[in-house]
Amino acid sequence: MAGAIHAQLSDAASDRPAHVTESRGVRIALIAVALLFLALVILLPLISVIVEALSQGWRVYVKSIAEKDALSALRLTLLTAAIAVPLNTLFGVAAAWAVTKFNFRGKNVLITLIDLPFAVSPVISGLIFVLLFGAQGLLGPWLASHDIKIIFALPGIVLATIFVTFPFVARELIPLMQAQGVQEEEAAATLGAKGWQIFWRVTLPNIKWGLLYGIILCNARAMGEFGAVSVVSGHIRGQTNTLPLHVEILYNEYQFTASFAVASLLVLLALVTLIVKAVVEWKSGQRTVESEGGAG
Amino acid sequence: MKGSGKASVLPGFGLSLGFAILYLSLIVIIPLASVLIKTAGMSFSEFWAAVTNARVLASYRVSFLTAFFAAAINAVFGLLVAWVLVRYRFPGKRLVDSIVDLPFALPTAVAGIALTSIYAPTGWVGKLFQPLGIKIAYTPIGITIALIFIGLPFVVRTVQPVLQDLEKDVEEAAVMLGAYRWRTFRRVILPELIAPLLTGFALAFARGIGEYGSVVFISGNMPMKTEIAPLLIMTKLEQFDYAGATAIALVMLVISFALLLLINYLQWRYSRRVQAG
Amino acid sequence: MRIEVRNVTKRFGSLKAVDNVSFTIEEGKLIGLLGPSGGGKSTLLRMLAGLETPDEGDIILDGKRVNDVPPQKRGIGFVFQNYALFRHMTVFDNIAFGLEVKKAKKSEIRERVEELLELIGLQGLAGRYPHQLSGGQRQRVAFARALAPRPSLLLLDEPFAAIDAKVRKELRTWLKEMIERIGITSIFVTHDQDEAVEVADEMLIFSNGRLEQQGSPVEIYRHPKTPFVASFIGESRVLQHPERLIGFEEAVAGGGKSAIIRPEFVEVGLQRELSYPLSAQRGVVRQTFFRGAHLELEVEVEGNRLIAYRSLDREPLEPGAEVLVFIHRLYVLDESSAVLVENPLKTDPMPVHI
Repeated sequence: MAGAIHAQLSDAASDRPAHVTESRGVRIALIAVALLFLALVILLPLISVIVEALSQGWRVYVKSIAEKDALSALRLTLLTAAIAVPLNTLFGVAAAWAVTKFNFRGKNVLITLIDLPFAVSPVISGLIFVLLFGAQGLLGPWLASHDIKIIFALPGIVLATIFVTFPFVARELIPLMQAQGVQEEEAAATLGAKGWQIFWRVTLPNIKWGLLYGIILCNARAMGEFGAVSVVSGHIRGQTNTLPLHVEILYNEYQFTASFAVASLLVLLALVTLIVKAVVEWKSGQRTVESEGGAG
Repeated sequence: MKGSGKASVLPGFGLSLGFAILYLSLIVIIPLASVLIKTAGMSFSEFWAAVTNARVLASYRVSFLTAFFAAAINAVFGLLVAWVLVRYRFPGKRLVDSIVDLPFALPTAVAGIALTSIYAPTGWVGKLFQPLGIKIAYTPIGITIALIFIGLPFVVRTVQPVLQDLEKDVEEAAVMLGAYRWRTFRRVILPELIAPLLTGFALAFARGIGEYGSVVFISGNMPMKTEIAPLLIMTKLEQFDYAGATAIALVMLVISFALLLLINYLQWRYSRRVQAG
Repeated sequence: MRIEVRNVTKRFGSLKAVDNVSFTIEEGKLIGLLGPSGGGKSTLLRMLAGLETPDEGDIILDGKRVNDVPPQKRGIGFVFQNYALFRHMTVFDNIAFGLEVKKAKKSEIRERVEELLELIGLQGLAGRYPHQLSGGQRQRVAFARALAPRPSLLLLDEPFAAIDAKVRKELRTWLKEMIERIGITSIFVTHDQDEAVEVADEMLIFSNGRLEQQGSPVEIYRHPKTPFVASFIGESRVLQHPERLIGFEEAVAGGGKSAIIRPEFVEVGLQRELSYPLSAQRGVVRQTFFRGAHLELEVEVEGNRLIAYRSLDREPLEPGAEVLVFIHRLYVLDESSAVLVENPLKTDPMPVHI
């Protein structure tokens, strides 16, 4: 699954004897093509954001970020994430616990349901909430009569964000906990530990790195979600604009530098996510070494 | 032995499953059901008209074709990147490995504006192709490039673990029987990679069909030419044509779910072969 | 194919996996490379195949030095421990692979594959895939696949290690028959003594990268040349106090000597059962083990713990029983050699111990 933590690339595995690897010339050519492709497709956009953001100098950059609407967009983004991520973490942990420690009918259905947002277009993810809570939606009249605003307001944005990002924690935890099995937890249970104790003292330490990465990833996606939020937010400047939406507004108004400046904050977020992933992979690689009786 | 529901030694089954199902129902199932409810309110002829008019069909075509080609290109280059990462040693390899995940972690809107600025006629790359009369941004080519960016990690990360787990001894067996590298790759290694490649392709394809943020800037959104289906839904919403938007959404959902089932099937089939083998 | 290995050394890091090994193997023989894990046998086998290159020394096949010849060109068939069958190809395609590489005609390929399928007894299974076969069947396919291109040498790397114990014995016998029928020079690596002894015409014993001894199984068993071979082969035990055993006091006198004994050297029983009762010593049965075909006894004699066999025809002995023990022979070892010493009291026409 894209984004999931994978076994560390080891250099030992790359040192293959001559008869099971390509000749030096072929190797160099393949590496060159691969790197060129990656540079073109991935690095170029990354660099362009930074270059464009700073194209009018440092002062303009800071001004764009500190501008009133940008700041309120930042606030809204952070608030949304602060609500969506913990809820999704709770779900992720609960779902992973149910799926990996027990056998029950319909388990596969549950797992497929968790995968759902990956298959649904972000626009549709926003649409469904409009259909439910919008003025002409199924619950529209009831909400209006109680003066509750969901669409074009924070609750709608949070709901759409939750929908799009809820799988991430679960999808990180499920393979991890599946691989770890039930034995430690069952041992704790036979020793008399209660449910929460088992979770806090046995399961959590084992999954902490995977959990951390799942949360970070969920957070990055929550802060960066665009399509779904675009549908439900109403684009009201200073009120219902998240950071990505603000980037769009600035861009459409031809304020390119400002747009890229705000975008660079999100780039920073993405880079932090990648760094955390690298650290988590390194740590879990270490754990494998230890549990296999590593050095000494 | 795994706990089996109530009879298990481990606690928390009811609580965790109950919460998970409640959450899913509120956030996923009920909202998705609203699509069905809304379209149920339309007569069949209304529905049919909404999903088959020329502009809508054109949007499907744009979305599908660009997603297909992007996924195909990703299949080839994704395999190459995964191969180079798993099999070779070169300076900065770990950095490169991390970069592959960037499209996954980067917000789509940011990707969208970055790609547009690069491939616009005045952009770094667009500039190079302008004298040749080739336009990249605001054409299906631009859309395809954006979808290549989005879909790459799906292919690389699906192929990589499989490649890593390949045993050396089958390659040595081929060597002892007289085979050199190309034949060994073609007949021994590649068949092992077909399943993950297909899965990665399907994932990239599914992602590409529904992609909005990274495409909406570079496509130019010209109806009949570069208007993608998700954007059409958005446009209809802004025009308060809820019925039309929902009808298109339903068609897309059905296709997405079919793809999801296909992907899960492929993954199941692959793991079965591996265990039996 | 005639094989000559001259002063071959292979290092992995600072470890010498193969240490200055030299030997010759004549054409048509079935050779077993035997030794404990990590002894260097597999590495040596892989060097013969070309899958590893020696750091020092030469590998000479049929008079030609092949160190620089790639494995594809050596004309060697290789059977891997975990079969290494091509999972996505049928049995037929697996066996045909080597022939396709040689660009043989389709009809030739079909003929040869059918021939081999018959040889290995798997006719009719040509269309199956490896995951549809049992372990024993897979190994037979691996065997046929290696033989298809008519190699002059067959190498097998622990071919039965991944197979169930029961099937292993059958497969072992089958393999020996096949190889004899085909007449191809073959070398196999194993850490299982019984296997080596049963299958091989000649054995090479390895330990820590060094070749300890080369010879027929009987020779190696009867006349071990080094301490390692003496203690590795057979159910050998080192004696704690060999000087206390009647008849051997002189043999182990002088410093630096130890002694090894095997169950078949020991006769244990009641007075009327023994061959040389007057020269026997007293001992006490400490433990008994039922081994199916016979009873195994652990007997203590003057501080030495010995293993002996007792036929089930005789009345069983219980722990604590007092018995007489006669030692027929021992291996006496010093640092570099092992000598088989017969009990001198056996040849004395009047075997009476004064």
